[in-house]
Amino acid sequence: MSSSALTSAPVEATRTRGLHGAPARGRRTGPGVSFILPYLPFLIVFGIAPMIYALVLAFTNADGSWVGVHNFLRTFGDYRFVPAFEHILVYTCAWLGSLIVFVVGLALLLHGRANRVSAGFRFVFYLPGALAGAAAVLVWLFMLDPAVSPFSGVEHVFGDQLFVQSIAPGKLPFVFAMIAFWTGAGGWIVVMYGALNTIPDELDEAARIDGAGPFTIAFRLKLPLIRKWIAYMAILSFAIGTQLFVEPQLVDEASLGLVPDTWSSNQFAYQLAFRYGDFNAAAAVSVDLLVIGLAAAVLIVTRTGLFRRED
Amino acid sequence: MRTSMARGFRLVILAAFAVFFAIPIIWLILAPTKADGALVTRSPLSFGSFHQIALAWDHLDGFSNHIYRLWIGNSLLYALSATAIVLVTAIPAGYGLALGNFPGRKLVLTLTLVVMIMPAAALVLPIFLELNALHLIGSVLSVILPFSFFPFGVYLAYIYYSTAVPRELLDAARVDGAGEGQTFRHVALPLAKPIVALVFFFSFVADWNNFFLPYAVLADSSQYPIQVGLSDLLSSTPSFNPAQGGGGQQVNIFRPELALATLLAIIPVAIVFLLSQRALVRGVLAGAVKQ
Repeated sequence: MSSSALTSAPVEATRTRGLHGAPARGRRTGPGVSFILPYLPFLIVFGIAPMIYALVLAFTNADGSWVGVHNFLRTFGDYRFVPAFEHILVYTCAWLGSLIVFVVGLALLLHGRANRVSAGFRFVFYLPGALAGAAAVLVWLFMLDPAVSPFSGVEHVFGDQLFVQSIAPGKLPFVFAMIAFWTGAGGWIVVMYGALNTIPDELDEAARIDGAGPFTIAFRLKLPLIRKWIAYMAILSFAIGTQLFVEPQLVDEASLGLVPDTWSSNQFAYQLAFRYGDFNAAAAVSVDLLVIGLAAAVLIVTRTGLFRRED
Repeated sequence: MRTSMARGFRLVILAAFAVFFAIPIIWLILAPTKADGALVTRSPLSFGSFHQIALAWDHLDGFSNHIYRLWIGNSLLYALSATAIVLVTAIPAGYGLALGNFPGRKLVLTLTLVVMIMPAAALVLPIFLELNALHLIGSVLSVILPFSFFPFGVYLAYIYYSTAVPRELLDAARVDGAGEGQTFRHVALPLAKPIVALVFFFSFVADWNNFFLPYAVLADSSQYPIQVGLSDLLSSTPSFNPAQGGGGQQVNIFRPELALATLLAIIPVAIVFLLSQRALVRGVLAGAVKQ
């Protein structure tokens, strides 16, 4: 870009306006539809079409004839359906609770500390984010085995001497919630901390002059100002939580089948497709989960106002 | 007096959480330096020897005819080729959505946003069912192509072009007679460097860490990416699966080998993480989301 190009622009613009009697810099100029053409097939084939196809499968049978809500009723009546949804509900509540209390709490504690100390803590909290998926689960399988765990002292307090006791069925939702918290909380703490930093110093100062203590400032001033972000984190995490798959799948493999392979709803759908080849039933359960995820996404986009769709 | 007590209390809580977040990682780094027996008998956070790491690597590498190297290679292949496609498709798409004015623009933008916020796992089984109908299951493409759809990348580019790039600059090029394609190539694209780094990071990490999709669509263990490979290793470890111990199934995969496998599997992501930490913390907040 030469400087003459920049300076010549207004001249050209004036001339155009003179000729056509319309402003040159209107909405008509700009990139055309061709720019999104390479992306469009991916959006359609791997975003929209799978949802539509799952819907079609869920309402038809193996021969392709329409069966209404039969597949939904059939899967709902399955003895594994309700327990699986119970499991993910307890797990999601435990995870959400810990996220809201500890992420917001830690972000508030970090906010207002000396910058270098705070940056150090944020980095340590953020670090486990590098271990998502199977790697995080493997690390925690070790941590949950009292024989090798550095946390064995804590585990003995809970009465766990053996690995199988650490992953007893009643504890599992909380164990998975802890793994998810360990990998994901740091990222959210960074986000909340950033949101806190957008609060003008003057507000903080004014409250202090008015005699407000650190607790009053944290809960009455800062917390309401980052409400939007907490709502976003809660809705998003709720949607993600209901899709749990890798954690129970790996624990199932490590526990000799002590944990059923249909522990979570997504596992149940997976088993319906893979073990029984019942794609219509699998699609029905997928659609249940899809609806939860879709509802959460639409709620975030239309209600929280965090994402810009127009300028 | 009261404030110093409050400060001390604050530090204790922060330190306790730092221990919770950091200890598992420190343990993971130290575990391959010890033999399986020493993991049980010695202090969990002690250092063994470098010799043990070499030994653990020999066992791991020997597992199933060097399949571990293959898994890492597969992960690199899937994540890098998908991310390359993401960059080629998402940057122009974000540009077009931000500055263009064509029918359907708002629809594409809204659909992109919704699919981006929806949990990726919700789409895995529907994608599996679709690929199954198309007879693509078991092909490498059944991983790379779905990975190449990354709406968050489009959104990042969209936000960048609609906020950070001055329109006057682009208008100037157009008025100078540059076509839309040329304006993009010579003006908009060179300006996109920061966003390219950001999209690369998020796309690469998401692909590298994805377990569910490759687990569902790949059948042959030689095609597995490392995340799925780890689950294969796990079911071969007698420490967690006593049934695997006897019957001539001895594969020399014990806890130190499993820990080493996990540690090596996260190194690529850890490197990208450390490199982009500062830019990320700033970029995610400043650019991606409206205040």
